[in-house]
Amino acid sequence: MDKRTQEIHWNRTSNLNTMIMLLWFIFSLVVHWFARELNAYTFLGFPLGYYMAVQGSLIIFVVMIFYQNWRQDVIDEQAGIDHSAN
Amino acid sequence: MAQSSNGSTGGKSFVDNLPKIYGMYTGGFLVFIGLMAILEQMGVAADTIGILFVAFTIFIYAAIGWMSRTMQVSAYYVAGREVPPVFNGMATAADWMSGASFVALAGGIYFGGHGYLAFVVGWTGGYVLVNSLMAPYLRKFGCYTVPDFIGTRYGGNLARFIAVVILVVASFTYVTAQIDATGTIASRALHIPYEWGVWFGLLGILLCSMLGGMRAVTWTQVAQYIVLIIAYLVPVIWMSNKQDFGIIPHFTYGDAVQRIAELEKTIGVGTKATESVPGVSVLTTLHNAPGDAWIDRWKFATLALCMMAGTASLPHILMRYFTTPSVRDARRSVAWSLFFIFLLYFTAPALATLTKLQLLDPNLPTAIIGKPFADVAALDWIKNWSNVGFLAIRDSNADGILQINEFFMRADIVVLATPEIAGLPYVISGLVAAGGMAAAMSTADGLLLAIANALSHDLYYKIIDPKAETKTRLIVARVLLVILGAGAALVASLKLTGILGAVAWAFCFACSGLFFPLVLGVWWKRANAAGAIAGMVLGFGAGSLYLYLIYNKIIDPVLGLDGLRFGIIGMPVSLVAMVVVSLMTEAPDQETQDMVDQVRIPSGAEILDQSH
Repeated sequence: MDKRTQEIHWNRTSNLNTMIMLLWFIFSLVVHWFARELNAYTFLGFPLGYYMAVQGSLIIFVVMIFYQNWRQDVIDEQAGIDHSAN
Repeated sequence: MAQSSNGSTGGKSFVDNLPKIYGMYTGGFLVFIGLMAILEQMGVAADTIGILFVAFTIFIYAAIGWMSRTMQVSAYYVAGREVPPVFNGMATAADWMSGASFVALAGGIYFGGHGYLAFVVGWTGGYVLVNSLMAPYLRKFGCYTVPDFIGTRYGGNLARFIAVVILVVASFTYVTAQIDATGTIASRALHIPYEWGVWFGLLGILLCSMLGGMRAVTWTQVAQYIVLIIAYLVPVIWMSNKQDFGIIPHFTYGDAVQRIAELEKTIGVGTKATESVPGVSVLTTLHNAPGDAWIDRWKFATLALCMMAGTASLPHILMRYFTTPSVRDARRSVAWSLFFIFLLYFTAPALATLTKLQLLDPNLPTAIIGKPFADVAALDWIKNWSNVGFLAIRDSNADGILQINEFFMRADIVVLATPEIAGLPYVISGLVAAGGMAAAMSTADGLLLAIANALSHDLYYKIIDPKAETKTRLIVARVLLVILGAGAALVASLKLTGILGAVAWAFCFACSGLFFPLVLGVWWKRANAAGAIAGMVLGFGAGSLYLYLIYNKIIDPVLGLDGLRFGIIGMPVSLVAMVVVSLMTEAPDQETQDMVDQVRIPSGAEILDQSH
């Protein structure tokens, strides 16, 4: 892989990571900081703040991690990386 | 599917047949459960069923361990790097879910309310960090152990040695808690004294890992995951059906949460008990009440943060991602790990909620609060658990009615006792005991292997005797495994800390010392050896010193940072020390910088060669 492609690949990878880290920060820390306020709303019969702690954040983490891997595969493909050549 | 196997003998057909093999295994296990149910109907004693469950499953794990024995370095340390992502995900989930997750988590939520949910959020969110910051890059390195990465990235035996020390402290703290849990379950299920139970559990653990190293541990952990997840889901689903919350309770138990909130007012949850019974506690925290004060929010956030950073620094988890065929498979297997872990964690709060409702709701036949004291005292499950000191009822106000503040229970028994509380057949209790055993054994396997591998590969081979032959290295690893296991069992039988306390300590030790040296090793090219050493020593030192000071009550916890969350002290110290010292000393040489560039490309040759 040439220097230029490598730089583009790493930039895209870092950008994807930054976005994921931002979402991670929101759903692991910020949302639960405001659990009491969120409990004013209900979702599926649960108080919302409680729901986010027992299921909401967890589901978002799972979806996020599969999404990130799918995006990363696209980024790798664009850089011409052949995984079968390992 | 991943096809690249690194030349291990006969590995390929085995790996290709995995879905079939584990499919048959799962079917066999379900048939076994059915058989036990029939035996129970025929009038076989409950104790016998418990013994059969635990003994049979341990025998299966040991058999898998024996069949996976190996004398190859790559098979011993990284399972020949041929584990497909989905199976590695299951193995990681079993490795991850310890006695604390299986046995103690739901009980913690039962007693601890909203504040305790920080564990659930932290122990899942941590995998986002593993996936983004660590696993793919460490896999690209081609290392055998976590100190192997530190030693190569930063160069020099000092950095490697310090990483080994932190790994040993964190993992050993963790493993004693697991052996404690195996001892507790084995002693109760097999009716042997606790001290014997510890050694019996250890024997099973060593049989799984000693002869086959990582390869044996991987395939037993997959088997253990299957047992533990079935054992966790069955009682909850069964109980949910009995209470009319539907087949899958997860999306419908919101009503139960609301109902508990109503009941809590009428029965007076939060009233102090007038008596105290050692070892057991009264429910005083509301089921869903996030604190109003700044400190409550802060405590939730700091606990979640320590558990997440700890997840991303614990060597027994990171090394599981060294076993996949490629970097992409390492990423995929992190995703599957989180999925399999999620299945248990989003069930735990449901279990805690439904169990609580069983006890509180006067409309349910299983309710005990508000019932005549004499009737409750006559219940079988109350008698069983009272006899071993895990439960107590006291008619403090002598009104002949059991009040909420007269019912004492140990948090650890919520999961184990749920089938009895809900009036399920005993076969379910036997199943849960087998599941708890699987959870504790699989984690102990992974931890003992992480320590033994670091000592045999990094300390013995890389530092003490680089010329050592393959055979000697593997024998050293095996001998160390036995010695460490015996040491851990000895410490466990002293009962120094509770299960959960020890687990939280392990996370905080790991993130204090290893988190930033690992992350910055990939993400900051300027990080150098001096910086990493300063980061590890000062971070780990600051965290440990703080724990020492608060544990011995020399100082009061600052800002509510107790023994569960002292990583909040260690991590910033580690970060600042590492950045400042790196910048004050010379930049790493060109070779190292090129190496970091190579690590960031998810294909091509590994940095370290295959048989290093």
